[in-house]
Amino acid sequence: MSREEDKGMHGRAEEFLQVFKKGAEFTQDLMRENERLRYRIIELEESLPNREGASLGDEHTRLSKRIEELEREKEEILNRIKQVEAENQNFAARYIEIEEENNNLANLYIASYQLHSTLDFKEVLQIITEIIINLIGAEEFSIMLLDEKTNEIQAVACEGIQRENIPPVKLGRGVIGEVAKTGENFFVEDVSGYVQDLENPMVCIPLKIKEHVIGVLVIYKLLVQKTTFAAVDYELFTLLAGHAATAIFSSRLYSDSERKLSTIQGFIDLLTK
Amino acid sequence: MPPYNILIVEDSPTMRQLISFALKRLRVVRIVEANDGVDGLKKLSAEKFDLIFTDINMPIMDGLKLVSLVRTDSNYKATPIVVITTEGAQEDRERALALGANAYITKPIQPNNILDVARKLLKIA
Repeated sequence: MSREEDKGMHGRAEEFLQVFKKGAEFTQDLMRENERLRYRIIELEESLPNREGASLGDEHTRLSKRIEELEREKEEILNRIKQVEAENQNFAARYIEIEEENNNLANLYIASYQLHSTLDFKEVLQIITEIIINLIGAEEFSIMLLDEKTNEIQAVACEGIQRENIPPVKLGRGVIGEVAKTGENFFVEDVSGYVQDLENPMVCIPLKIKEHVIGVLVIYKLLVQKTTFAAVDYELFTLLAGHAATAIFSSRLYSDSERKLSTIQGFIDLLTK
Repeated sequence: MPPYNILIVEDSPTMRQLISFALKRLRVVRIVEANDGVDGLKKLSAEKFDLIFTDINMPIMDGLKLVSLVRTDSNYKATPIVVITTEGAQEDRERALALGANAYITKPIQPNNILDVARKLLKIA
């Protein structure tokens, strides 16, 4: 080998060593970078759960608050529903009450309309009888009128019993006489335990025009299906008795005036013929 | 909705008026009244009725006789009949229903009962 060739060989070996060194340095850089990145990954991996935990914790708190709000709202809504239900029940009960009042007023209107639809005394008594049966539900009863000359109360109409079996009553005597005298309603305390007695009736209602008693309605027995008096019956009795009294009084006055007119007409005819 | 024709057979004018007054609250009704069973049959032959209310105790022809005669008429075999009466005993009720009545109402009358029965039999909501 010549000196020139030896020099060339040595230069190429130097060059190779330089390349090799650079390759080794580059490899070391890569390994360091690799190490750094691994460390960074570990750091990130360690920090990640904390962040998620923190984030989940916030979300959990927010949702818990929302749940509490919704629970409160639900509670309020349930309370409101309960209130509305209670109001509805009140309305329903009130509706039934009004319906009943309406029915009673309608019945009373028809009864009073019928009572004042005629001036015929017998017809008035018939209408009173119908009303007592159909609206009050009595099976045995009588209509008794006061004779102010004799102060005696006598039956003028009855249902379910013979009129001749009903004894006349003196004003102020017994239950019937006392009702006619005081003008106060009488009801036995125990309807179911009542035993029929013509002098001690189940119910006795005065027929009054203002404070003036003209007679009494006397009930001895109710229909089988009517076992007791409803609250409204007590009011109905009084109101009907008031209308019945006026109707009886008017029809009697009319009958009397008709009779007197007929008598006067007879006299006039006698005098003029 | 065409009005329902309803016949009330009752000898008491007060009762007729009470029943009629209650039924008029249905609004879609036309009411015809008869004084007794015979008068009721005359009215039934003159026009068609959708519902019949009848009393039992009436002069000339009572309500039970009317019910049995109405049921023999092919035009009225299916027409609902309501008996309104003072007779509250169970055997009276059974007798009326056996003769062909569809409902039995006892006195003293309650307008609500009449309305409820009419609504049910006429199938009005």
